[in-house]
Formats: sequence, C-alpha cells, structure tokens
Amino acid sequence: MLELAWLLVAVPLVSGLGLLVWGKEGDRVGHLIGTAASSFSFIVGLICFFQILGRDEGDRSYSKSLFTWIEAGPFHVDMAYTFDQLSGLFVLLITGVGTLIHVYSIGYMEHDARRRRFFAYLNIFIASMLTLVLASDYLVLFLGWEGVGLASYLLIGFWQHKDSAAAAATKAFVVNRVGDVGMALAIMLMFAQFGTTAISEVNVSVNAASTSTATALGLLLLLGACGKSAQVPLQSWLLDAMEGPTPVSALIHAATMVTAGVYLVVRSNGVFDASEAARNAVIAVGLVTLLAGAWIGCAKDDIKKALAGSTMSQIGYMMLAAGLGPAGYAFAIFHLITHGFFKANLFLGAGSIMHGMDDDVEMRHYGALRAAMPVTFITFLFGYLAIIGFPGFSGFFSKDKIIETAFGHSFWVGLGALVGAGVTGFYMTRMMMMTFFSEKRWKEDVHPHESPKVMTYPLIALGALSLLGGAMMLGGWITDFLEPVVGHAEHEELAIPAWLLSVLITLVVAVGVALSYVLYSREPIAAETPADESVSFFSRAGRHELYGNELNEAVVVRPTRHLTRFLVFLDGKGVDGFVTGLADRLGDASQLLRKPQTGFVRSYALSIFGGSLVVVLALLAARLA
Amino acid sequence: MTEYITLSMILFTIGAVGVLVRRNAIVVFMCVELMLNATNLALVAFSRQHGNLDGQVAAFFVMVVAAAEVVVGLAIIVSIYRTRRTTTVDEASLLKL
Amino acid sequence: MTAFWILAPIMVLAALGLVLARKAVHAALCLAIVMISLAVLYAAQGAPFLFAVQIIVYTGAIMMLFLFVLMLVGVETSDSLVETIKGQRLMATVVGLLFGIVGVLVIGQAVTGAVTGLDEANANGNPYGIAKLLFGPYVLAFELTSALLITAAVGAMVLAHRERLVPRRSQADISRDRMREYAETGRHPGNPPTPGVFARHNAVDTPALLPDGRPMPESVSASLVARGQVRDGFDDDVDDIAKAIEPPPHAGWPFDQEGDDQ
Repeated sequence: MLELAWLLVAVPLVSGLGLLVWGKEGDRVGHLIGTAASSFSFIVGLICFFQILGRDEGDRSYSKSLFTWIEAGPFHVDMAYTFDQLSGLFVLLITGVGTLIHVYSIGYMEHDARRRRFFAYLNIFIASMLTLVLASDYLVLFLGWEGVGLASYLLIGFWQHKDSAAAAATKAFVVNRVGDVGMALAIMLMFAQFGTTAISEVNVSVNAASTSTATALGLLLLLGACGKSAQVPLQSWLLDAMEGPTPVSALIHAATMVTAGVYLVVRSNGVFDASEAARNAVIAVGLVTLLAGAWIGCAKDDIKKALAGSTMSQIGYMMLAAGLGPAGYAFAIFHLITHGFFKANLFLGAGSIMHGMDDDVEMRHYGALRAAMPVTFITFLFGYLAIIGFPGFSGFFSKDKIIETAFGHSFWVGLGALVGAGVTGFYMTRMMMMTFFSEKRWKEDVHPHESPKVMTYPLIALGALSLLGGAMMLGGWITDFLEPVVGHAEHEELAIPAWLLSVLITLVVAVGVALSYVLYSREPIAAETPADESVSFFSRAGRHELYGNELNEAVVVRPTRHLTRFLVFLDGKGVDGFVTGLADRLGDASQLLRKPQTGFVRSYALSIFGGSLVVVLALLAARLA
Repeated sequence: MTEYITLSMILFTIGAVGVLVRRNAIVVFMCVELMLNATNLALVAFSRQHGNLDGQVAAFFVMVVAAAEVVVGLAIIVSIYRTRRTTTVDEASLLKL
Repeated sequence: MTAFWILAPIMVLAALGLVLARKAVHAALCLAIVMISLAVLYAAQGAPFLFAVQIIVYTGAIMMLFLFVLMLVGVETSDSLVETIKGQRLMATVVGLLFGIVGVLVIGQAVTGAVTGLDEANANGNPYGIAKLLFGPYVLAFELTSALLITAAVGAMVLAHRERLVPRRSQADISRDRMREYAETGRHPGNPPTPGVFARHNAVDTPALLPDGRPMPESVSASLVARGQVRDGFDDDVDDIAKAIEPPPHAGWPFDQEGDDQ
C-alpha cells in the first residue's frame, strides 16, 4: 500500500477540483463525495501507517519518487513522497480529524447554498496539507505550503459577502506572504549553499556548513513557520481568521494547518540542531506566543476568538518544545496531535453551541447551556479537561512533558511554561463558566437545542480521542517511535523527581481554575461586554490582542503607506509630470495654433495669398542679394 | 511685351482679391476663372516672346483643366445648395474645432 | 498694339466690375466681357486656335454653365455687402495691393530682349503647330486630360444626383392633395391666374387683378417676389379701366351691341 500512498493526495485533489467544476447537479451529492474522498485518504493512511508499524524500527521510512519535477543541470527536484513515522502521524491526524470535520460539516453547512464548494475547498485543503507533510523535498513542501495558504484564504473568506470575512481572508493571505518570503528565501539559500532542496540531504549537509549559514537558514524557516503557525510577530491574522465557518476554524486554524510551522521546525531538525541561535529564537518565539495567546484568551468574549487565543498559546508550547532540540521534538509532535484532537473537539463544540444559539458567538449571551445541550456539554468538558491538563487526559501527558523538558533546558523557560499552564486553566474555566454554568443570559427568541447526530457523533469521537490520546505516551512509545526521524537525546534528570513536577503543574492549573471559578461564580456575569474604560489594563490589552494590529499598523503599514505615497508623488509629479507636462505644453501650443483655424475658406485663401506674396518677396530678396 | 504681363498681373490680383472678399460661391468661382484666364494671357504672351508654341499648348491644357474644375465645382455648389439652401462660402465653416 | 490699348482698360474695368458687382448675373456678364477681350488679345498675339477655343469653350460653354447654375440656385440670393470675418476685407485689399505692386514691378519687368514672334512657328498654320506639339511631346498629358474630363463628368453626375427617397407623386396624388387642401383651407384647386392677363399690364411682374379689383400676389413668379421685382402701385388701375370702359359719348358700338341682342 505504501507505493500507492500518492493516492492520499490524489483522491481528495481530484475530488476537490471535480466538485468545483461540477455544475448544480453536484449539489445533491457533493458533500458526500467530499467526505468519501477524505475517508478514503484516512483509510489509506491507516493502512500505510500499520504497514510501517509492522516493519523493523530502522526501516520504517518509505520514500518513492513519482516523477522528475525539475531538471536543470545539477539541480534536480523529484516529485517524491516520504512516508515515515513523523509524516505517518500527521497523515493520520489530518485525515482522521479532517474526516470527522467533513462529517460534522455535512450538518453544519446544511443550509448553505454553496455547501458543494465548501467541501471542494476542504478537499483541496486536505490534499495540500498531505502534500506538505509527505513531501521529501522543500520545493514540493512549498507547493503544499502555498496550497494550504490558498485553501485557508478561500475558506476564511467563504462568506465573502461579509466585509469582515473578506478583510480577514485578505489579512491572513498577506501576513502569510510575509512568512512565505522567509520560506522562499530559505529554499533559495539551501539551493545556493547545498545545491539541493531535498529535506534529507539538507539535514545532513547543514552539519558541514558554517554555523552562520545554519542560523540564517533556521531563522528564515522560523519566519515561515511563524507566518503559518500564527506565532509572534506574525500572529495577527489568526484571530481574524475566525470569520470563517467554524469547521474551518477547527480543521485549519486549530488542528492542522497552523501546526505546519511546528512540523517544519521538527522536519528541519538537522538545521536547528546545527544552530543554537536558531533554536533559542524558536524558544523565544514559542514562549512569547504561549503567554500572549493565553493572555488574549483570558480577555476575549467571543468564544471562537478565545479559542483562537488558546490555539496560539498551545502552538507556542509546541514551538517551545521544538526549540528545545532533540529532547523536545517528540513532545512537540505529541502535543500537536493531542492538541489536534482536543482543540478540534472544542471548536466543533463551539460550532455546535453557535448552531443552537443562532450563530451568536458572544459568550456573554450564553450561560447554563449544559442542560440544553448535554452531548455538546459532555464532549466540550472532555476537551476542557484535556487542554487544562487534568490528570489522565491527553493534554496532561503532552503538556507535562513539555514543561518538564523546558525546566530541563532553563529554569526561566520552564517557569514561563508553567505560568502558561496556570493561565490556560484560568481562561478555559472562564469559558466553561460563561457558557455552560452561571445563569441564562440568552437573547430573546433564542432557543438552544442539541445539534443533529451528524454533528454530535464527530464530537463524541473527538471527545474520546481527547481522553485517550495520552495513551500514545504509555511506556514512552511516541518518543521511541519518532526517534529515528528526530534524533535521540538523553533524558536530563531534574533536581526534583518527575512525579513531583507533575503534581506541581497540576496544582498551578488548579489555582488558575479555582481563581476563575471564584471570580465568575461570585457575582453574575454581565450580559454585555463592559466598556474598555471599566476594565483593568490586562483585560483591555487582551481584548485588543495585545495591540498587535496597532503595532503592525505603526511599524509596517504606516511607514509603507508613507513611502508609497512619496513614491506615487514622485512618480506623479516627477516622471509623469515631465511626460504630461510636455504633452500639456504641446496642447497649449496647439490651442494657440487653433485660433487661426476659423473654418472660413476665405481666411485660408487669404493665408495662401499672403504666403505666395512672401514667397515672391523671398525669391526677390534672394535674387537681389 | 511688358504691358501684356502687367495686364496679366493686374487681372490676376483682381481675381485673387475677388476670391478673398466675395462670399457667393459662384462669384468666387468666377474670380478663380479670372485668375486662370490671366495666367493664360501671360502664357500666350511668353509663347510669342520665345517664338515657340509650348506656351499656347500650356494655355490649352489650363483651359481643359479649368473646364473639368468648373464642372465638378458647380456640381458641388449645387449639392451644397440643395442641403443647406445657401451658396455662401462662410456657411460651410465646419472644418474647425 | 492698338487692340491692346483699347481692350486693356475695358478688361480691367470689367474685372473690377466682377469683384464689385452686387448681383451675380452682373458679375457673370463682366467676366464674359473679359473673356471675349482676351480672345481678341490671343488672336492679336498669333494664337488663332486659342482665340477660337476661348470663344467656344470659355465664353460659350463655361460661361453658360455658370449662368445655368446661377439661374438654378443663385438668382434669389444676392450678396450682402457686410463683411462677416473681421479684418478680412482690409487685409485682402492690403495683400492684394502689395501683391499687385510687386507683381507689376518685378514680374512685369522680367521679360527682356526682343520679341521673337511666332511667324516661324506658325509657318504651317497655328493649329498645325499646336497639333504637332499636342500629339508629339505632350501626347501623354493630352491623353491624361481625357481621363480627367471623364472623371469630372462622372463626378458631377454623382454629386448632382439625388436619390429618390419617396415614391413619385402621381397626378392622382396631386389632385387629391389639392382637393383636400381646398376642403381644409379653402385654397382654390385650379391653376392660379397668369400674371397681368386680365389687368392693364400683361407683363410677368404684374399681379393679375381679381374681379373685385384686388391684385392677386400668387399669380406672380416666386422668383420675382423674392427679388422684390414685383410691380405695385396700381390702386388707380380700376378707375383707369372703368374710365376706359366708359363708352365715349360718340361711340355706340361695341358697348351697346350686346344689350341690343338681349
């Protein structure tokens, strides 16, 4: 089956493009075809995964070249895929969660006239994302990289009749371009330095290159990863991207695409192993984003935006882990997968709540929903317990390991991660309190109800995965499994035993949860968002996304606009001014010459007659001279 | 001989001034004919001066061309008159901005 | 030389008349005078062939064409003497005077030396000499003139041709229209009376008199009305006629003969 793994990409791609060009008659079955294509990929991925599981530990990487894509002298790019442990896990995550979200979307998008197109975009996304993770060459990876960017753009702006959605799509696209510049430059640098863009070769030959090359490469790749994974300083698009339909937020902007940056860092482990500076940059970015995202998550009243802040924060954890080197790569991927489960679960739960609340996203209009939506409540609760790291749930294992490794790297980094865990407990409890507990604050004419089965079954499946995802950590299985790909690192012994740290982390989280519980149950929650002036600086800053947009505006947009205006001025007055000025002067001269053109034949005849007189006189003068 | 040329010049100038001051297209045409005739007189005079007949042949050609010109010109005047009910040359002043 | 000195002043005066005449017909007559005088001058200068052509082609054909067109379009319009283009007349006069002076003083003096004369060239007769040149060195130009004339003739036909846009009105249409007009406006359907027939004057510029003695303007040609050449001032005509009809006391016949019959 491994030699047929290209079907993973081909089937959803063909299905997606076919659904786009198929006419109205496709509306009836379009969503089924899209779901079937995604399920097919999942089954193929599952078979492939078990096949490599069945092999020996050292022989689990399967590569195949489909055809030569670019052949230019010594430069050679194969359209090749690599199905190894890392991409295998990703394939399962993407197609598994993707299929669940396809199923969910059948119900969620039922009343949308353009549901067929929605599924086409989803399929194109699945195909692009699989291209990204299966690629064995950075150039092919870039193909998938841009493909997911396109799909993300199309899906954020799916309801483009809303100005905010259209603007959010454009913003996501533009900010991603900044990251893509880094990515493109990294690929060019690889080509210039090593003469190849194959991932395996680059990871090897970077060891022979100078440290500065490795650092430059690492920083450029990090820039690309920041753009795709919404890390500081390219984080601003993710919160706006919540304008897209909720399944999109779950699939693309929580579970899969935004983790592509983490995948890139882990995949390029050779590069980051070779440069400590690049690693430190990754840690810094991860840590800052982790705290910033959690901060934003505490302040937002829009349930999707609060979850988006949480996504930023969790990806920050992954980045942080990825920056810790071989010790952290496996934990980054582990947390990525568990996060994929529970964050998709939370987002789909949020979608289910919105479905019952007439598409209202304001948490201040919710309250006491646990009775009205029992299934959604239970599954959401599972996701909640997973994300805050309740012992036994998947998030507990993955986050624990990251914090532990962070403490192994440096006390302060570990402390930051620990604080982040506490804040996670705070904002998630706040969300739970405002949504499912406290008193009713529903708008009139809103009658919350449970979602149809096609939506709740995926929720149940994801809820179960949120609970059971931690099983991958049993006996350190995932670390051993990924070791051939990401390298081996000796486990560092901390000053305190691991179990004590786990208890400590759980205690910090419990403090966050308790604080939140006390705060939000002590007095009734306002049904309207309090004005900016009446809240603390922390809330205000969080609401404004830590002034990231304002910063971009001041640092990038405004100077660029001034420069553009200056250039336009220069072009208008200088370059065009010369040209049009010449034309204007010619026009003026013509206006002067126009005056004698009276249209009267006799005037012209007089001119001719006078002219002949002049000619005679001139001849005479010449003769006499 | 000089007097013939002088007469020719005078007639030519009178014809030219007539073209400039008259507004009735037919009269303007007559003035053009007068100018042509004046040149014919000069040609015939030059012919006698030089003792060959080329000047007379040239005058003959001028007459033929003048005849053709009159035919076409008058046809134009008639068709303009038909559409505009006037033969004043100043009325046909659309050739301008 | 006598012919020249007699004809030259006439020609200059006629040319001035051409420019200054108020009526186009007068201008045409002045031009005819110039042309005939020119013909005489051609004859005097040893160009008998051109003399004949000038009379036949110019004075005969072209001038007649001018008069035709004049009658066709121009009779009703006479030139207004008010200049419309500012400064045109002044400038024309100034430039014309300058041109004339320069031309007379410079080009007029350009011919020097003795006159060769055409006796030798006209030895076999002037038409013979011209024909020899026309069908010799100038044969190509001569043939080209034929093409020019054909083109001019066709062009004139095309220009003067009028496309029929409505069907031709038949006699029945005309009579129907006349009867309708009579019904609507009371205009008499018959022919208008010819001018002057039943009045004292039977000239075309005199309107016919109706039985009650009023003049009838419609009886006079529209062209004469447009030119203001209709005779008027015959209020006393009725009295004159009555006086004329009053039988002189000595004459019995024919005035009382009719009464006798009845």
